Amino acid sequence: MTDIMASSYVRQDLVAERPAPVKTTGFVGFVRTRLLNSPTNILLTILGLLLIWYIVVPSFKFLLVDAVWSGKDRTACLAENVGHPVGACWPFIQAKSTQLIYGFYPEAERWRVTLTFALGAVLLLPLLIPRLPAKSVNAGLFFFAFPAVAFFLLHGGGITGFGVSWVAGLLQLFADSISGAGAVVVGLSKTSAAGPLLWAIGSVIALIGTLLHWVIFPLTWLRDQMQAAGQGPWLDFLITAVVVSVILFVLGGGARAGLRPLITSLATFAGIAAVIKLMGLDHGGLPIVDTRLWGGLLVTLVIAITGIVASLPIGVALALGRRSTIPLIRIFSITYIEFWRGVPLITVLFFATYMLPLFLPGNFTVDGLVRALIGVSLFTGAYQAENLRGGLAAVPRGQGEAASALGLSWWKTTSLIVLPQALRHVIPAIVNSFISLFKDTSLVSIVALFDLLGSLRASFADPVWTTPSTAFTGFAFVGIIYFIFCFGISRYSLFVEHRLNAHRRN
Amino acid sequence: MGVEARKPPPQIALKVRRALGGKAGWNGVAVQLVFGAILAWMAYEIISNARTNLETQHIAAGFGFLQNSASFDVNQTLISYSASDTYFRVFLVGVLNTLLVSVIGIFFATVIGFVVALCRLSPNWLLSRVGGLYVEAIRNLPLLFQILFWYLAVLAALPSPRQSVSVLGAFFLNNRGVIVPSALGQPGLVPFLAALALGLVASLALRSYAKRALFGQGRVIRIWPYVLILLVGLPLATILAFGPPVTFELPQLKGFNFAGGTRIIPELVALTVGLSTYTAAFIAEIVRAGILSVHKGQMEAGSSLGLSRGATLRLIVVPQAMRVIVPPLTNQYLNLTKNSSLAVAIGYPDLVSVFAGTALSQTGQAIEIIAMTMGVYLLTSLVTSAIMSVYGWRISRSLGA
Repeated sequence: MTDIMASSYVRQDLVAERPAPVKTTGFVGFVRTRLLNSPTNILLTILGLLLIWYIVVPSFKFLLVDAVWSGKDRTACLAENVGHPVGACWPFIQAKSTQLIYGFYPEAERWRVTLTFALGAVLLLPLLIPRLPAKSVNAGLFFFAFPAVAFFLLHGGGITGFGVSWVAGLLQLFADSISGAGAVVVGLSKTSAAGPLLWAIGSVIALIGTLLHWVIFPLTWLRDQMQAAGQGPWLDFLITAVVVSVILFVLGGGARAGLRPLITSLATFAGIAAVIKLMGLDHGGLPIVDTRLWGGLLVTLVIAITGIVASLPIGVALALGRRSTIPLIRIFSITYIEFWRGVPLITVLFFATYMLPLFLPGNFTVDGLVRALIGVSLFTGAYQAENLRGGLAAVPRGQGEAASALGLSWWKTTSLIVLPQALRHVIPAIVNSFISLFKDTSLVSIVALFDLLGSLRASFADPVWTTPSTAFTGFAFVGIIYFIFCFGISRYSLFVEHRLNAHRRN
Repeated sequence: MGVEARKPPPQIALKVRRALGGKAGWNGVAVQLVFGAILAWMAYEIISNARTNLETQHIAAGFGFLQNSASFDVNQTLISYSASDTYFRVFLVGVLNTLLVSVIGIFFATVIGFVVALCRLSPNWLLSRVGGLYVEAIRNLPLLFQILFWYLAVLAALPSPRQSVSVLGAFFLNNRGVIVPSALGQPGLVPFLAALALGLVASLALRSYAKRALFGQGRVIRIWPYVLILLVGLPLATILAFGPPVTFELPQLKGFNFAGGTRIIPELVALTVGLSTYTAAFIAEIVRAGILSVHKGQMEAGSSLGLSRGATLRLIVVPQAMRVIVPPLTNQYLNLTKNSSLAVAIGYPDLVSVFAGTALSQTGQAIEIIAMTMGVYLLTSLVTSAIMSVYGWRISRSLGA
């Protein structure tokens, strides 16, 4: 003991306490390590604070602190009446909210729009929550039943025929067109040098047209009989239901495969019948509201949802076409995709508004909203095709080869093996193009449709509400709506991506 | 001596079948025939309908209208234009205005985009959050919304010319646009430009010489003093010798408006601000992803080789990041050019606005005008994507080597 105490290499006094290490956890530590750890960083922090001070604080002040919350007209939002600098003029939004949501939709009929919104939300929400059951029924209802119901709810009107009449009408149009083409070619043969050849071709085409007329004669006859009887669409509906159910039953493998397809088909038709009866479509339906009266958020959502629903099948078809080995189909797909991707959406909308009516038969007028819908769907379809192509390329070759080795046909290989895997790969890309589609719906205001942005712009013209802060208030309100939708979709896509990649995480 | 390998049978029928119908063989041929017939039928329908419709509307098809006098004015032209000029001249004016706004927009979008990307990558928590806020806010709002916001809210809220906001006494902001000093060329301009061009060429030559010396003989030549002299000293010397190349005419408030200076129309300002801030958010994400895609080990390897931090970034990290950044970046430039067509919403006289808008409503030649407009954009994007595929091919070749 004493030896140790005496040895010169042992300290005789206590070591002085060292200061505690710099704290790197908690708030203070966070500030030290992430904000103030070097002179440059201190400078950057000051810069960030300045940015916040000059952008976030004034916006907050404008939206809440200095805002005017109630009033009847512009005088409520003038600085000399309020007594302090005026921020947002919220009474303006209150006064214009119906216009921003419904446009000029007649006041008595607005419940139809609200009902459609509610119906869409009720069908969409369970589709988005992964834990809830019956996804396929739900998806079928949302993607097929809801658009039809929404059309009759929003637009109104009824139906006079059903499947048989529609098919007969389409086929008749087709046959007429072929006969007309034959007649034109025969007419050309009189002036052309290759007269006899043209005459022969024209006669053949005309003959095909006549033959078609004869083939579809039973159908058109049946339709005319039903129209003459004036019993509404019910007989037509019954015939369609029976024919479609029998076809599905036979194609589905007949009695061997069980009654399931038959029951599904009959249940679907029963559902359609119930809807027809409930909405009174067989005798006129709801009063028609012209689409020129639609506006605001209604038009934005209609275009966005139609574009989303219509562009996916177009995209799938084009993406498969671009990968096909059949030359004509591949060339067509490539040309189509590159064309639409190379031009701005505005020119597409101009094309749909000014050129499309020229391409259709003269007695065939297309509604302005429908024109925009066609343009948007064709345009977005090309983008979806490119997204899907990436997904298809990411599916290993062996998957398709294994499916062929099992004896699956091309259709079954594609729809059961390749496409589901490809879709999983491209969910983020598809959702991104949905977001840009949602943003791009604002462009229709340029072709004289009043979507959310168009309605906002129209509301600025109201002299009752012209104040210095009106424009800022309107943009703030509409901006918040757009932001909620786009941000919501992008966050949801992150969630889905995370879930689908669960098998890749460790 | 040995048995010669037999030639494979020619299988001509198989090859023909493959060429005509792809993997599906004769079925593919049948599908093509049906598809071709449908396409032909649609084309026939479109042409015949268009012809009858044009006849009923008394519109003569063809491009003859391009020679007619346009008889409307355009409020910003880069080439001389008057109302008596032809529609073809209108087309050119529109194309040039589209190019102008695209080039300015691309410049600012790139600058802002890189700055925001650096903010987001900064170790400073606050700054990276501010960058993130910018990207999220801008990307989730429609571009047209933003352009209208700048045009209808911000620029319209600026004071009238008499109460203009003055910046340094040379730039004036008001609700009629931005007034900037206009540059007037002086006799010294030509020698100045010549000196600048000479300096540029000489510096490039010097750089390639230094590079060859470095790679060939391992000699390091310090060239920056010479480059500095060539690029700055030479033009300065010409200014001293021949006088200043340009003089600036400052705008003066006379009565209710400005005399002198150049007025930049508010439409151009709103469109440029909207386009560049919007595209910058996307560019920022591309740049960030590109820089993050370079493996950390590359930086560490560079410093273990004894390279300075700047040299590592310049020689190792940035070239690899650029490989990832350039293709989507060009795509964004293309998007900006296409989005400049939103000018029609605020009345900036770009191609869509003056040609597909005003000229179309005056002449009714929808098919020709829309085809020409689409053709301009299509050509731009096809040429760009051709260049990009050459670039991609070169990159993949250099990686393979």
